Amino acid sequence: MFFGVPFTVFGDDSLQYLNTIKGKRAFIVTDANIVKLGLDELVRAELKAANIECKVFDGVEPDPSIQTVEKATVIANDFKPDWFIGLGGGSSMDACKSTMVCYCAGIGPLDMSPSDFFDIRSKARLLCIPTTSGTGSEATWAIVLTDVEGQRKVALGSYETLPDVAILDPRMVISMPPHVTGSTGMDALTHAIEGYTTTWRTPFTDGPGLAAIKLIFENLKKAVDNGKDEEARKNMMYAACQAGTCFGNGMAGLAHSCGHALGGIFHTPHGVAMGLYLPYTMEYVANGSEETLQRYAEIARFCGLAQGSDKECSKALIAAVRKLMKDIGQSSTVKDLKIDKDKYLKAMPELVDRAVNEAMSIAVTRVPESEDLQKMFVCAYDGKPVDF
Amino acid sequence: MAVFGSIEWATAFMEAINASKAYEEAAKTWEGDFYFIIEPTGEGKESNYTYVDLWHGKCRKVDVVTEATKDKYKPEFVLQAAVGTWRKVAEKKIDSIQAIVTRQLKLTGNMGKVMRAVKAAQELVNCVTQVKTEYPE
Repeated sequence: MFFGVPFTVFGDDSLQYLNTIKGKRAFIVTDANIVKLGLDELVRAELKAANIECKVFDGVEPDPSIQTVEKATVIANDFKPDWFIGLGGGSSMDACKSTMVCYCAGIGPLDMSPSDFFDIRSKARLLCIPTTSGTGSEATWAIVLTDVEGQRKVALGSYETLPDVAILDPRMVISMPPHVTGSTGMDALTHAIEGYTTTWRTPFTDGPGLAAIKLIFENLKKAVDNGKDEEARKNMMYAACQAGTCFGNGMAGLAHSCGHALGGIFHTPHGVAMGLYLPYTMEYVANGSEETLQRYAEIARFCGLAQGSDKECSKALIAAVRKLMKDIGQSSTVKDLKIDKDKYLKAMPELVDRAVNEAMSIAVTRVPESEDLQKMFVCAYDGKPVDF
Repeated sequence: MAVFGSIEWATAFMEAINASKAYEEAAKTWEGDFYFIIEPTGEGKESNYTYVDLWHGKCRKVDVVTEATKDKYKPEFVLQAAVGTWRKVAEKKIDSIQAIVTRQLKLTGNMGKVMRAVKAAQELVNCVTQVKTEYPE
């Protein structure tokens, strides 16, 4: 077993670390909105001070496609960078990781396997700078791309795609609008709670998971209510990275399986879908797994949410998740997302098939059969509690 | 009791797969054959190759070949590990997908295709647990 984390630079003005790195050419993978906000300029200024030439690829879309990575790789092949910099949310960072592997190993985006060693560090290094506080992609090796033809998300990656460096500079998240702050924050909470309770967890994932959950309960609402609250912004940024460390080494769970299935078919934003399914899937696992019930209780006690029996504490944690979602204006039912019920029910076989075949579905302590997944999906439409 | 990697074991594994309704349901669209390779346990020893052909929820064929006859099949997927790792997977001490992503179990083939069939992979491991197995030292 092993546990991986990037060298992490955090705090005010931490972008300045960039002017200390050694290299010749940096390929920045980002999206058009980041360029519009001028955030790439902050990065380029520091790289210029380090005498590093830059090229920006700003063509990353939400849920980046395989084709986008292929386009970026063509440009990288011409530019020949020795640094890849993922700048943005999870989409940009994931696209950057994949582009780096394609460039360094001369393969296509779908050709990577965790079993293969591509020796990508012999050609370039990877640095990630998040501009949201949610995906934790800066701290994980995971890559999620979209297969447009198959309307499916494809989970890729290998331990070589764990970034060398993560830079957490609060300037990069201060302009994030409230709804994005909320949904990405719920994504981080999902990573931490699921990473803390999967069957893949280790003693090394427990600490970052617990710390992240506490920080999120204490800071997410503050960051949503007042985006200028620098302390809350910083804490959310750190929490998202810690949550990434937790689930990146310990795997995610059922909310991810259900959320990926919903996102693949109805194009629901990742964080919204994760947060939405989190309390339902927590109820399901807690109802049938003493082990996870105890873990939920540990979280509740650590965060000061409740004292008492494991069952009482577990219930209090799930209630606290629901309250936080309500407080920050996140959708708590599929109905709230304005997804037509008939279309949702018609898509049910596909939703269940996708969810059951996500790796996260078998990393939980109560692995659902298709029938239970379907019942959970139905509960989440109208907001009914999962009592089975 | 069959020795892991023997033709007797492979045949018992095939019977367990073909008796499993859960595997049949989970793998109803799966098309792909495997080599399960047990790495040599000591100097002068050879790898052991178990061939398993999985098709639409059933096992169509199994075989055991050696280093010298391994070209008999060209399977779509190859899973390779030391016997100790295979035992950990079979005894559910480590999840098979976790073993792959942590490189304890080396996969050659389309990872994306495997990752879209994790339920089938899990049921396949459940079939392994049905086989009374003796592990070589």
